[in-house]
Formats: sequence, structure tokens, C-alpha cells
Amino acid sequence: MKKFLLVNFIVAMASAVCLSFVPAKTEQPTLEASIKRGEIVFKAYCLACHQANAAGVPNLYPPLIKNTYVLGEKKALITIILKGLMGEIEVNGATYNGMMPPHNFLNDQQVADVLTYVRNSFGNKAALIKPAEVKPVRVKLKL
Amino acid sequence: MLSLKKLLLFSCAVFLAVSLLANDTTREVKHSGFIPDADNAGITLPAGFGALSVVDSLGIARHLSVNSNGDIYVKLERLKNGKGIYRLRDTNGDGKADQVTGFGNYVGTGIALKKGYLYASSNKGVYRYKLDANNQVDTASVELIVKGLVDKGQHNAKAITLDDAGNLYVNIGAPSNSCQLQDRAVGSMGQDPCPILDSAAGIWQFKADKSDQSYAEGVRYITGTRNVVGLNWNTSNNELFLMQHGRDDLARMFPAIYTNEQNAELPGEEMLEAKQNTNFGWPYCYFDWQQDKKLLNPEYGGDSKKQGRCAEMARPVMAFPGHWAPNDLLFYTGTAFPEKYRNGAFIAFHGSWNRAPLKQGGYFVAFVPFKDGKPSGKWEPFAEGFAGKDIYNPSDALHRPCGLAQGPDGSLYIADDVKGKIYKIGYTGK
Repeated sequence: MKKFLLVNFIVAMASAVCLSFVPAKTEQPTLEASIKRGEIVFKAYCLACHQANAAGVPNLYPPLIKNTYVLGEKKALITIILKGLMGEIEVNGATYNGMMPPHNFLNDQQVADVLTYVRNSFGNKAALIKPAEVKPVRVKLKL
Repeated sequence: MLSLKKLLLFSCAVFLAVSLLANDTTREVKHSGFIPDADNAGITLPAGFGALSVVDSLGIARHLSVNSNGDIYVKLERLKNGKGIYRLRDTNGDGKADQVTGFGNYVGTGIALKKGYLYASSNKGVYRYKLDANNQVDTASVELIVKGLVDKGQHNAKAITLDDAGNLYVNIGAPSNSCQLQDRAVGSMGQDPCPILDSAAGIWQFKADKSDQSYAEGVRYITGTRNVVGLNWNTSNNELFLMQHGRDDLARMFPAIYTNEQNAELPGEEMLEAKQNTNFGWPYCYFDWQQDKKLLNPEYGGDSKKQGRCAEMARPVMAFPGHWAPNDLLFYTGTAFPEKYRNGAFIAFHGSWNRAPLKQGGYFVAFVPFKDGKPSGKWEPFAEGFAGKDIYNPSDALHRPCGLAQGPDGSLYIADDVKGKIYKIGYTGK
């Protein structure tokens, strides 16, 4: 029995070592794959407030459609998702005063994916965001 | 020639008189002049009731109050042409506003008429205005009654009501969902004791006729209410009643404990009889209307079953499904509506956002029959159809009920805060 376990262990270790030489199947930074993963993050953490159609809730949570925060500068957008947002803001001529909590518990890949999803759904069209673009913002914010 | 002229004049007079009488007869038939709009102002009501639109786009109309002469005062949450309160006056008796006059340069929710004064709240305090010899607001008489209350954006509506003993009751909502260390953040646990309870999450009592009161002059009347936008003094048993907005986001915060289906229904929105010094349990507890129990919030170790300290917290006199957002409460003291409505409660539900991804709900006005200051039967829908059909996204709602008031003729008024439509509901018996 002991011998069997030992053999198993050796096989497992050897496999692991061998596999480590095979290039890891990295998540391709393609738009399509990122959007697909981002949708899962959106449904778990964003939809409750911003709603299924991303049109938001009047007076509380802004729409993510045709929203200059969403479609604009990447660093500012990454900062909002990591740090959250509080206080009255204006989007498309309407004001919103709900609070958004920090989402720094999401990893760089998840942040990049969900932002890419939102920037390319609901009629939006903007460049994808890569995890490598999230990392320096997180480091700078110490989040 | 002269006699012909006289004859013509006489004929004209007769014609005019007959026309006027004919008009009067038409109004008689419609029961004391109430003529509903052909489309019933776009809402549906029980048989015998009708609705007309007083105004259709006043702005973000929150609460409203109707004076003994029929003037309607409406509080706005955004300034319209620089004004935060509007007086609507009907000069020809058709129920529609012919004169619309604004005053007050602050936004807010609460408004109430009492003993010759109009009280109106900003999100930080309460003002009052004297009614003059013509029974209308003297805007120059403005006086700050309560000041310096917590306003951090979230749950900042200072809903108000008054009793008959000279007291003013003010909601001070918690600027928080469940008093987590980091509000609404996934993984952040509840603070115990919750420091927010020092200056919010309750109803404060102030003197109705004393200037410049703040926390120090106020009495904390009850505690443990997260946010109350609908409150009213029930004159039939001389107690304060509240409608509490239950907490949000059970499933987003704790997906391992709650499904989206449970999140949509829980917690219950509570109708509370608020006897002085009662503790209703926020932030530690929420009311599960399906289990009929106050349960421990998951931020404080709850698991959807544990009661813990919540077994000792005061229970609601009635509960409603989750997130419907009761924004006003009115006890009907008129006689224009049938017997079953006397002393009963109307509740304006603003409608949900936190039932997503399931269908939203609660964009309607409910009725609860009362006897001797207690609910005497189940709640039922009263006015429906404000928002439109099958609302999944709150931004699609055409109208949302937010305020209620009773007119001197016993009619019921409803304020909508999407467009600012004001509805007048009358009983025609047809």
C-alpha cells in the first residue's frame, strides 16, 4: 500500500515537472474570450445595481451605456472599479448619488475582463483592457 | 326696436342660464364634481374609483400635502426653475392644477401641514412656513426648525410627520446597507456595536414650534430602523407607524447562503408600530417574512436560520415582499371612500431595483384594512399600472409612486417621482 502511494507520488511529481516545460495555456487576450469571462464577473458583482441591461437605477446607479467614464480613459476607469465611487456624479445629463464599493477583491484578469465586457456590450464599443494595464493602477493605489 | 333688443338680451340670458344649469347637472351626475380622465390617468383602480392627472410633469415629486382649501404642496428632490416646493391650485373645480407656484430653494422629501403651518424638509433639516389670513403659505415666514442632521447621500431623505401634541418626528436613515466596515463591499463584515446608531438609523422627535433644534434638542424616539421614507401618526390609536426599507444585496454579498430567488424576496419590507424606545434591530437583524422571524444578518454571523439576539427585537405588524421600497404611508380618515377604507392604511411602494436579475416589483399603491390601530386583514393592491408592464430594469418604469396625501373632500393624491405626475383618486361608485 505504502509502495503504491510512493509510486503514485513519483509519477505525479514527474508529470508536474514535465508539464512545466510545456508552455502554459495562457488566457488569450482576445476580445471575445475576455468578454465571455467578463460577463460572468458582471453578473456576480455589477448587475445587482447597474441592472441586466446596464441602464442603471434612476437617481442611484448610473447607466454604463454611452457613459464617458466607461468609454474614456482606462486608468480612471480601472481606478473606479478598484476604489469604488462615492458622491453625486452626472452621466448623460442626469445625476446619481448611490455608492459603489471597492472591487479590489477581483484579480487583475477579472477587472480587465469585466471592463472589457462592459466596454463592448450594451451598444458600447471601446478598446479591450489587459490585466497588465490593471496591475500598475492597483500598485499605485496600494489596493 | 328697443323691445327687440330687450327680447334678444332676455333670450341670451335664458340660453346662458340653461347652459350653466345643464353643466351643473352633468357635474351632479359625476358625484360632487369628480370627473376621472378618459384614460383614468393611466392607472387601474378597484371598481367605483377613478383617477385624474392634476399635473403630469412637475419633476422629482416626493411627498405632498393638501391644505383645507384644496391647495396641494409638493416637495421636490431636484430644484425645478430654482424652486424645491410647488403649490398646485385648482381654480375651476375640475381637479386639474391651473396655478403652479414655486418657492423654497432646497431639495428634499418631507412635507406636512399641521395647525396653521407647512413643514418641509431638506436632506439636513426641517423648515416651516406660516399659513396667512388667506390660508396660503407666507414664504417670508420661513423658519428653520431642525438643522444639522446626518446627510451622506445614501438614505438621506428626512421624511417627517407630526402628532397632535406638538411633536415633529423625523427619519434619520442610516448612510449604510448593513453597517459593514466597508459599506456594500463583498467580504467586509458588520461593525459591532455599529457606530452609525449614534446619529442615524432611527426616528428623532423634535418640538414642532421651536427654532434651530439639532441632535442635542431632539429625543431619539425609536432605534434600529435602516431607512424609513413612509411614516405617519395614526390618530385612531395615537401611535407612530413606519414603513422600513429592508437591507439590500443578500445574494451579492453571500452567494453561498442566498440564491438570487431568495434575494429577490428577502428581507421583508416592514410595517412597524413604533412605540417610544422600541428597537427594531438594524443593522444586526432583518425580517424574513417567509419564516416569519427576525434573523441575524450574515454580516453578523447569520446563516439564513440563526436568530441570536434578533429573537428579542420588535416584530413588524405586517411585512411585504423584498425591495418594494415603501415610500409613503397614509391613514385614511375621510368618508368619501367606502366603509372598508376608513382608518385603513395606504402605502405608496416606489418599486424595486434589487430583485434583479429577476423581474422587479412593487411599483404600486397598496391598501391595508385597520381596526383599532391594528391591521385587520391582508394587504391588497389599490392603484396599479404606474410603471408599465413587466419591469426588469427600473429605468424602464414610466412612473413610480412616492407620496400620498388626503384631500379635504376625502380624495387620495399620489405623487410620482419619475416625471412628477400627481394623481387625484376619487370614488364615483361606478
